[in-house]
Amino acid sequence: MFDNFPIWPVAASSHAFWEDLLYLFLVAVCTAMTLLIFAAVAILATKYRRRHGREATPIHGSLLLEITWSVLPMGVFLVMFVGGAVLFFKMRTPPRDAAEVYVVAKQWMWKLQHTEGQREINELHVPVGRDTKLIMTSQDVIHSFYVPAFRVKMDVIPGRYTTMWFRPTRAGTYHLFCAQYCGTMHSGMIGEVIVMEPADYQAWMSGGPVAGSLAENGQALFQQLGCSTCHRFDVQGRGPNLIGIYGKPVQLEDGRTVVADEDYIRESIVNSQAKIVSGFKPIMPIFQGQISDEQLNALVAYVKSLSQAPAGQAGTPELKSPGTQPESPK
Amino acid sequence: MATLAVSGERKNYLNAEYGIRSWLFTTDHKRIALLYLLSITAFFFIGGFAALLIRLELLTPAGDLLSADAYNKAFTMHGQVMVFFFLIPSIPAVLGNFLIPMMVGAKDLAFPRINLISWYIYIIAGILYIHCLVTGGVDTGWTFYPTFSTEFSNTKVIEAGLAIFVSGFSSILTGLNFVVTVHRMRAPGMTWSRLPLFVWSHYATSIIMLLGTPVIAITLVLVVLERALNLGIFDPTRGGDPVLFQHLFWFYSHPAVYIMILPSMAVISEIVPCFSRKRVFGYNFVAMSSIAIAAIGFLVWAHHMFVAGISLYSAIVFSFLSFLVAVPSAVKVFNWTATLYKGSISFSTPMLYAFGFIGLFTIGGLTGLFLASLGTDVHIHDTYFVIAHFHYVMVGGAVMGYLGGMHFWWPKISGRMYPEGWGRLAALIVFIGFNLTFFPQFILGYLGMPRRYWQYPPEYQVLNVLSTAGATILAVGYLLPMVYLLWSLRYGKPAPDNPWQATGLEWQTSSPPPTFNFDETPIVTQEAYEYENMPLPEEVTLER
Repeated sequence: MFDNFPIWPVAASSHAFWEDLLYLFLVAVCTAMTLLIFAAVAILATKYRRRHGREATPIHGSLLLEITWSVLPMGVFLVMFVGGAVLFFKMRTPPRDAAEVYVVAKQWMWKLQHTEGQREINELHVPVGRDTKLIMTSQDVIHSFYVPAFRVKMDVIPGRYTTMWFRPTRAGTYHLFCAQYCGTMHSGMIGEVIVMEPADYQAWMSGGPVAGSLAENGQALFQQLGCSTCHRFDVQGRGPNLIGIYGKPVQLEDGRTVVADEDYIRESIVNSQAKIVSGFKPIMPIFQGQISDEQLNALVAYVKSLSQAPAGQAGTPELKSPGTQPESPK
Repeated sequence: MATLAVSGERKNYLNAEYGIRSWLFTTDHKRIALLYLLSITAFFFIGGFAALLIRLELLTPAGDLLSADAYNKAFTMHGQVMVFFFLIPSIPAVLGNFLIPMMVGAKDLAFPRINLISWYIYIIAGILYIHCLVTGGVDTGWTFYPTFSTEFSNTKVIEAGLAIFVSGFSSILTGLNFVVTVHRMRAPGMTWSRLPLFVWSHYATSIIMLLGTPVIAITLVLVVLERALNLGIFDPTRGGDPVLFQHLFWFYSHPAVYIMILPSMAVISEIVPCFSRKRVFGYNFVAMSSIAIAAIGFLVWAHHMFVAGISLYSAIVFSFLSFLVAVPSAVKVFNWTATLYKGSISFSTPMLYAFGFIGLFTIGGLTGLFLASLGTDVHIHDTYFVIAHFHYVMVGGAVMGYLGGMHFWWPKISGRMYPEGWGRLAALIVFIGFNLTFFPQFILGYLGMPRRYWQYPPEYQVLNVLSTAGATILAVGYLLPMVYLLWSLRYGKPAPDNPWQATGLEWQTSSPPPTFNFDETPIVTQEAYEYENMPLPEEVTLER
């Protein structure tokens, strides 16, 4: 096709194959249904066009037909529903061992923090074949992280985390768009996702100077902000011991149980009174407005690292070789 | 306008009284319908002008014609004007207002003065909105999403929000009037099962107006309060939740889509039987599908929020319900098509619009499935695919129905026939222009072009140029009826009482009707669409 007249987007993630497959299935079914209606209207209108000496035959209807054309489409719709739901479930469930990148959106730029410590603006470097999970928040309005080549999109919302994940399958440079209208330069809030071969990625990672991993920075903040005076690891402090909590259910003072995911950890820092752990007093200060979203990400990364073995060390995500994927879409 | 009426002994609603006061203080539902017609046409041109600016800007990838802020204001104005000041009042307030009392055999709506008040409220809202536009405009998009609308936009958000808040009361009162009229004002013998499908569909629409509109009104008040008084309702730094707004907004704004499309389906359900000379296939199913759409339509709002951070499981439930609401729409399309079978079909202008409606609404409805399906929605949400989809429904569907209805009832409204040849030509131009404008946008959407982009990567240019070219053709198709319908007021042939030999009660009175519609209250003895007892129309209107 011509450069300025593509009709199909490039596919560069493991989701893309299934997304395209489902889309083509819907296109096929809907084209068939459209043609059916168009042909029926055209044929009936021509065949029964008004002529002298021929009158219309009154017909009241047919219960059998009505039921048929209610139930049949419903059946087809159910197939689409199940297909869509299964794919969505997969897209919304990141693999446990996915490498993590924190994203902070603001009018009108993307700031990214790799757990290894690298920082980027409007660019995201990722290796082919590695599951990558993005943990995203916004400093101001709602944005949406959209990479058409990966067929993934998720709104980025102030005051909380949303997550998405993908596994790049093809090296190249792809569009990163903000898909949720966010003000004057919404259409300028674009960037690039650069997918590299693992060796190139390793070279890129070891390129620039890095002042410690994200979790190490978080650990420094944890000391600096005085968190460690109450959240102790040796003896029971005035706050809960944070080792091993990530991903585990937490019993709250009001009887509820929540899972300690990124969003819970984040909320427990910025709005510490929202969900008090059973057996503790609401004495922690509220950090809303006291620390930046980037600092918050570092703290969250540190608290999560406390749940990785060996405890207290930031884990480094392993690189998978591209050959080990279960499916390898073209 | 009154001078255009047929001179002679017979008084009708147009020549019953003269002078501007007789129009501004009228309680005649037919005159109020004409007041609405003039006002929504004015807003259609304002919204159309904004669309023109958008399409011209998108001719080139760079943002060059307008500034980024001007572009953002243009698409906001296009959306808000077209949705709140054109589409929502269009068919109900013009054709519904004009026809419902006549169709049920009544002298007027149940509350004639409330009907006039609802027009005045609409005009006040319109003036407030135009004031907002000329004093700087608003750039939030028609959706007003916080925290952008509540904290970060520097434009006239409060003014626009209040204008739309006020316009809502016009909708609520019109809906209330219709519901009471259908319940209480039916002529003797006009049982529920004899109601024209036009009335059934407007009844369903009115219920949505009554139940849904208060929610958007409250939601906009919350935005205004948060902006003006710094309350923390949607702002997370003050304990609010920005996603809460989206739930409230779409709780109204998704059913609002049915406020726009159900009246258009109402029109098609009248046109298709008339020009096929036979009763509509499956009356009960067509009537009940309107009610089903209104009911299920309230339970699908979160399909606008699949990637807005709602829980995985609630997304799955809303996806299922969204597929469910597609079924009654499909049933209607099948029934209209089946009505053609063994009919005696004439290709008059209203019927061409009905064919256009069936085709475009089919595409619009089926592409909705791509958005109801969770997996595909993730990729195409907030892209041009969505723009194309809802324009197929709202322009391809609602506006085609509106134009078809305007042609069908024009002889009754004006007492004049429109020129048939020009009518058919315009219908064809609208159909071609529409498809050229919006079909390329489906492809753009799957390629990944996000909506509300002032500048875009160069690979999207060819499809955007096609779309802009189509929009100019579409504009010609919309201007043509304006010209020849106005022309027909003076030069058109005087219309007989029932030029199409249609069955509705509105055709049994004179064209134009007298002020109180009927000289004596009609008594209904048969079902709607008993076309077997009607003669074929004389071909007076056909040019061949």
